[in-house]
Order: sequence, then structure tokens, then C-alpha cells
Amino acid sequence: MKNDVFERIKDPHFVETVAKELNEITLPREVTLMHVCGTHEHTIARAGLRSLLPEKIRLIAGPGCPVCVCSAVEIDMAIAIAVEHGVILTTFGDMFRVPATRGSMESFKARGADIRVVYSPMDAVEIARANPSREVVFMAVGFETTAAPIAAALLDDPPKNLSCVTSLKLVPPALRFLLDRGATEIDGFILPGHVSTIIGRTAYLFLEDEYRVPSAIAGFEAVDVLMAVKSIARQIAELAPLGVDNLYTRAVRENGNGKALEAIYELFETGDANWRGIGVIPGTGLRFKEKYRNLDASYRFGLEWNDDALEILPGCLCDKVILGEAEPEECPLFATECTPRKPYGPCMVSNEGTCSARYKYRGIS
Amino acid sequence: MCLGIPMKVIEKNGNDATAEAGGVKRAIRLDLLEDVEVGDYVLIHTGFAIEKLDTDDALETLKLLDEVYRAGTGKG
Ligand code: SF4
Repeated sequence: MKNDVFERIKDPHFVETVAKELNEITLPREVTLMHVCGTHEHTIARAGLRSLLPEKIRLIAGPGCPVCVCSAVEIDMAIAIAVEHGVILTTFGDMFRVPATRGSMESFKARGADIRVVYSPMDAVEIARANPSREVVFMAVGFETTAAPIAAALLDDPPKNLSCVTSLKLVPPALRFLLDRGATEIDGFILPGHVSTIIGRTAYLFLEDEYRVPSAIAGFEAVDVLMAVKSIARQIAELAPLGVDNLYTRAVRENGNGKALEAIYELFETGDANWRGIGVIPGTGLRFKEKYRNLDASYRFGLEWNDDALEILPGCLCDKVILGEAEPEECPLFATECTPRKPYGPCMVSNEGTCSARYKYRGIS
Repeated sequence: MCLGIPMKVIEKNGNDATAEAGGVKRAIRLDLLEDVEVGDYVLIHTGFAIEKLDTDDALETLKLLDEVYRAGTGKG
């Protein structure tokens, strides 16, 4: 049956099979592979994939959780608009509990601010339509995957009382930053499936052309991730880089989704972005074009960028975890003062935060 | 956060559509895709279809995995 196919790929036999093939590859040295996707970390932790890898392969998590890298300044800003201007603030559920300088959105809601969780940017549009006498602000957070639906929602004649605090980031220039920074030796990238759905395989060709770093686009089942690891391992072992290997062709086209890219770049232009725990990385963010400035809540409400925001809470290692320089288990607060129930740092909040995924499935890998 | 869920389009009216997966129905938007037909499988992210899923391609992947699995176990 046709509709079974997306289910059948979950067959655990396939994981065994690919793991076996992977372990037959002879690697010339120890290698470090990085993924940059919270959903991949979740898959890896849940399936205990790290324990199936050959000893010579280290698999680390990079800055792949948009919730974790959303700057505290942006969260503070959204909270300030909700509190000082009495707007209805809307946000994705994942963002609701992220700690910022003076608390999370959740804590301000408990103190009376009108903050509502939405599932889709269309929900924010509908809330704005239903409340014409009030201003509604949507906290727009995400990578390319989420930027596209947000752009589509905002381009379809949005109500005048709707604006956004944006924290939208781009993956390819962030990979470039990680390689240029050189703090961690990265021998290969497992590329995020649904970001790639939007931007396509060709968006990563610079990895091959300029850096000679092998990579593979992976889907989200355990076998998808293992196949990507195997592709990269083979590229390294055979010293024959395939370049950017697309192993998620069921959802990723060569040039991505043209209509989605059009929507994004109709509304936004590339600008600098502030990554929590990392700082400003030039050219890694999306900001409203001049002609859509009215949709920008910081412009509409005259808010200034505040450099004193508390990005890294005392004792939290998220800045290192986000860059793959520390494992969550190295943080003294992990599983003690910081748990998904009572997250202290941003990486423990979203299901896809590295600390949260590791906590949930600790003991598995 | 970038989670995408495969769903089948079961009803369509312009850019508004209904999709279904595992018995759950959901209102979705089709603004980001061309030529979606009822019966197509799409990947849903934050209420929008972000790509049509290629079932033939998924079957191809399955076939390859099946072959390697059978070769590995001597079954088949
Ligand atoms: S365990 Fe908590 S405090 Fe430690 S790095 Fe992770 S999020 Fe930060």
C-alpha cells in the first residue's frame, strides 16, 4: 500500500542492516561528524544511535535548535511589548518556557500578560482578525523551514493589527561560520532534512567546492540518519568526496522549494543574527525589507536592541553545548537543577534541545 | 521545531485544504506548493504544506534497504 511507505521506513531491521554496513567501512582516522538539527538529535538519542557507530566516529550536535539559539534580547523584547503595550503576544509552544533575562514568557503570562501559544502562523493571523481593536504580535522563530510558512502567512493580506518579533536564521552561512571558526574539527555534516526541503541540495555546494567537507542530507527516521553517517564515512574512507549527498530525496529537491524561497525573499532580506550563546554572526538572519517594515514589531513599538540581556545564565553550559564543544552531561546542572520539567537553560526546553533530548533518553546510548 | 509530518490531502479549496494522517484531520494551507491534488502526500510544517512527498522515491529507498537486509541475513 502506498501510504504505508512512510511508515515502513521505520522498520528496525533497516537500522541493524545499515549499522552493520557502516561498521564494515575502514576509517583511516577518528572523525567527528556534526548534525545541525534538533530533530536529528532527538532521533539519535531516542534510537541510541551513538552506541551503534564505529568507535572512530564521534557524532556531535551543533546549533540546530532554533528555540535554543533564539537570543534572549528577542525574547525580552517580545515580553516587553506584551507587558508595556498590552498586546496579545503569540508564540510557538516550544518558545513559551525559554528562560530570558527576567523570566520566560510563561512566567509573565502567570503574572497577567496576554501571551498565547499557537501552532501555526495562521493562528496568529486569526487571533488578530478576531481582536481588531487590539495589537497582536507574533514571535516568529525558526530556520528556513519555518520562515517559509511565516512568510506565506504574512504575504496573504495580513490584518493591520498584526506584527512580528523575528528571530529567523539561516543554516548554510552558519555552517560556514562553524568551519571558519575552526574551534572544533568537523569532518562532515549531517544536513537538516526539512531546512533542505526549502533550500535544496545546491544551497550546500560551497561545502564541497570551498571546504572539501563531505555532507549528507538526512531525513528523520533512525535509518535516515545512519545512512547519512554511512555516506559520509564512505566518502572519508574512500577519499572520494561525493560532496553533498542527498539521502532524503523523498522530500528534498535539487533546488529546494522555489515557491517557498520566493515567499521568504519577497518579505525578508539577509541580515545579521544574534545566536544565543554564540553572538552576532553576520549574514545568518532574515529581517523585514524596508517596504514591509510595518510588520516589524520592534519598529512599530519603537523598541531598542538591548545589549545587557542575559544570554547565558550563570552556570549553564549552553554556549558550549550549542557549538558541540561540550556534552550536556558535562554541565553540573544537568539532570539536577536543570530538567525538562524545570528547565534552567534554553537547551533543556524544547524537545529538540540537545540537553532535553539527552535527558529524556539518558541510559539509552 | 523543524518537524514535518507526512499527511494526505483529502480536500482542497484554493489554498485551504484538509489533510489526514493516522485518522487525524487537520486544516492546512497550500500557499507554498504548486499543483497539489487531492490524494497527494505532503509534508506539513506549522500548518503549511512545504513539499509534496515523492512516494515512488520512498519506495525506491525501501526497496534498496530491503535488498541489503535480505543479502545480509541470507533471507529472500
Ligand atoms: S543542562 Fe541546563 S543548565 Fe546545563 S547546559 Fe543544558 S540547558 Fe544549560
